[in-house]
Amino acid sequence: MAPLLSVQNLCIELTTREGTAPVVDDLSFELKAGETLSIVGESGCGKSITALGILGLLPPRISRIASGSILFAGEELTKLTESRLREIRGNEISMIFQEPMTSLNPVYSVGEQIAEVIRAHQGLSHKAAWGVAVELLDAVRIPNPQSRVKDYPFHMSGGQRQRVMIAMALACKPKILIADEPTTALDVTVQAQIFDLLRDLRSQTGTAIIMITHDMGAVAEMAERMIVMYAGRKVEHGQVDQVIDHPRHPYTKGLISCVPHITADLNHERQALTEVPGIVPGLGEFGKNKCLFASRCAQSSDKCLEDRPPEVAFNAGHQAACWHTEAV
Amino acid sequence: MTVQTPNEIETAKARSPFSEAWEMFRKNHAAMVALVVLFAIVVGAVIGPVLYPIDPFEMVWMPFSPPGADGFLLGTDYLGRDLLSALINGARVSIVIGLAAAFMSVVIGVSVGALAGFYRGWVEEVLMRITEFFQVLPTLLFSMVIVALFGASLPMITFAIGIVSWTAVARITRSEFLRIRELEYVMSSRASGAKNSTLMFRIILPNALPPIIVQAALMVGSAILFEAGLSFLGLTDPNVVSWGQVIGSNRQYILDASYTVTIPGMAIFVTVLCISLVGDGLNDALNPKLRQR
Repeated sequence: MAPLLSVQNLCIELTTREGTAPVVDDLSFELKAGETLSIVGESGCGKSITALGILGLLPPRISRIASGSILFAGEELTKLTESRLREIRGNEISMIFQEPMTSLNPVYSVGEQIAEVIRAHQGLSHKAAWGVAVELLDAVRIPNPQSRVKDYPFHMSGGQRQRVMIAMALACKPKILIADEPTTALDVTVQAQIFDLLRDLRSQTGTAIIMITHDMGAVAEMAERMIVMYAGRKVEHGQVDQVIDHPRHPYTKGLISCVPHITADLNHERQALTEVPGIVPGLGEFGKNKCLFASRCAQSSDKCLEDRPPEVAFNAGHQAACWHTEAV
Repeated sequence: MTVQTPNEIETAKARSPFSEAWEMFRKNHAAMVALVVLFAIVVGAVIGPVLYPIDPFEMVWMPFSPPGADGFLLGTDYLGRDLLSALINGARVSIVIGLAAAFMSVVIGVSVGALAGFYRGWVEEVLMRITEFFQVLPTLLFSMVIVALFGASLPMITFAIGIVSWTAVARITRSEFLRIRELEYVMSSRASGAKNSTLMFRIILPNALPPIIVQAALMVGSAILFEAGLSFLGLTDPNVVSWGQVIGSNRQYILDASYTVTIPGMAIFVTVLCISLVGDGLNDALNPKLRQR
């Protein structure tokens, strides 16, 4: 079966005062219908800009897709006209953002905002769209949707607003939902509820989800496959259980060992929590022909500084880009 | 699934941002008093000529009859015309020109500012240079030229005032658009496929409105002053009475019969002051930073 979304050798350039840097460097991945793929990495590694690139929403003048292709259901997204892209956005690919507190327009009631999306894409009447908005609020488990639909965003808590955002994103039954750190701004208990909700909605609607996060726990809970990104490059890619059990890249290993295992047996001896030392390299380093993680890596050797490591394939689609994968 | 606490079910009735602003406005006593006075002035202008049907151009009595004498509440001017009647009929002109000129400035200013702030790039460059051109024109002189060239009819006076006073609105609108276009909810509307026109007028503009409304309210006041200035200089429709015109035509007698100038002057003063107070109240009510107090 052909993948729903196929990103091939995508490069996105960002122009700053210092010059042009490839903030997404040669990224390739595929997404099948109904699947959940997670993109993991720390801030500034190119996760969100990839999402914006797919939707054609890169900030104009300072960033552009330099090369590569994004193929969605047979259409090349990088070459589409703005008006065709508008039809796709919100209708076939939709996105929810990190900050539920500020992602809703404060001057309209939540019902109007959901209905607006439905009217724009499906040409329903005012009344019909309003009815769908009530159903959607019910589907995202907002209690008492009949009256809450008239509420303004400031009447709602962060978790409720994120539910409204999900309702808006799923209003037109998109094929792909891109969730950009959907739970980062929320309480842990609310996070769990949002994940439950996303999982249930996915099984009901068959929407594929790209989940962008830096939370390994969220990945383990939600996704089937994961991509680990570092400094704009894909460093590891594979099934979630494979990658978490046997990380093949020192960066992935570092990320996993940062997460405490609270469910582990208390009688067992627990490993000390570690950190990944150092910081992400500056934009000036991006795109250089070397391993960008080398400066923070315990295993780095001269070779890491001389040449960019290729992606090495292991069993069943597990890949990692490191010169020392065997040592990890 | 989710646990409903009693609190969540009993959430307060949804109040629109509008009703919340009105609540804030009501707490501002000066603005409320000003609003009542303004309302009285408007009512007087609308139904006054029916209740007091004396032609303001008719010579009804001796010239320079002081206020209260001979049954004329505000006296008569240098031609023996009734000043109360002039005041009532002049209010219509002042208010209509004030509102119409402010409306025109808002329409021009919001369009220019919205396009410049939304599209950026060369659109912004061109539009803001045009705005700056209008900003550096000597406003009174420019509108005098327009009225002198094209005739002193009410629509032309309105146009002359509106065309010189939209620049402030354009700049405010542009700065609000520059701020709001970067906010997350605009991005999320973009991500759900909103058109540029939807983004501009349905998403961004409503959020940019508070300072524009305040500016518009203040502009009604300054348009009334502007009209008074023009008609004081004689640039007014001679067949319609206005407050500035009454002051202008009686100005030679300011020492002998000061009331003929003072009374219409007070009318302008009170009206513009009330408009400013209402604008100030709107500012308090619509400014989210002050709302926290």
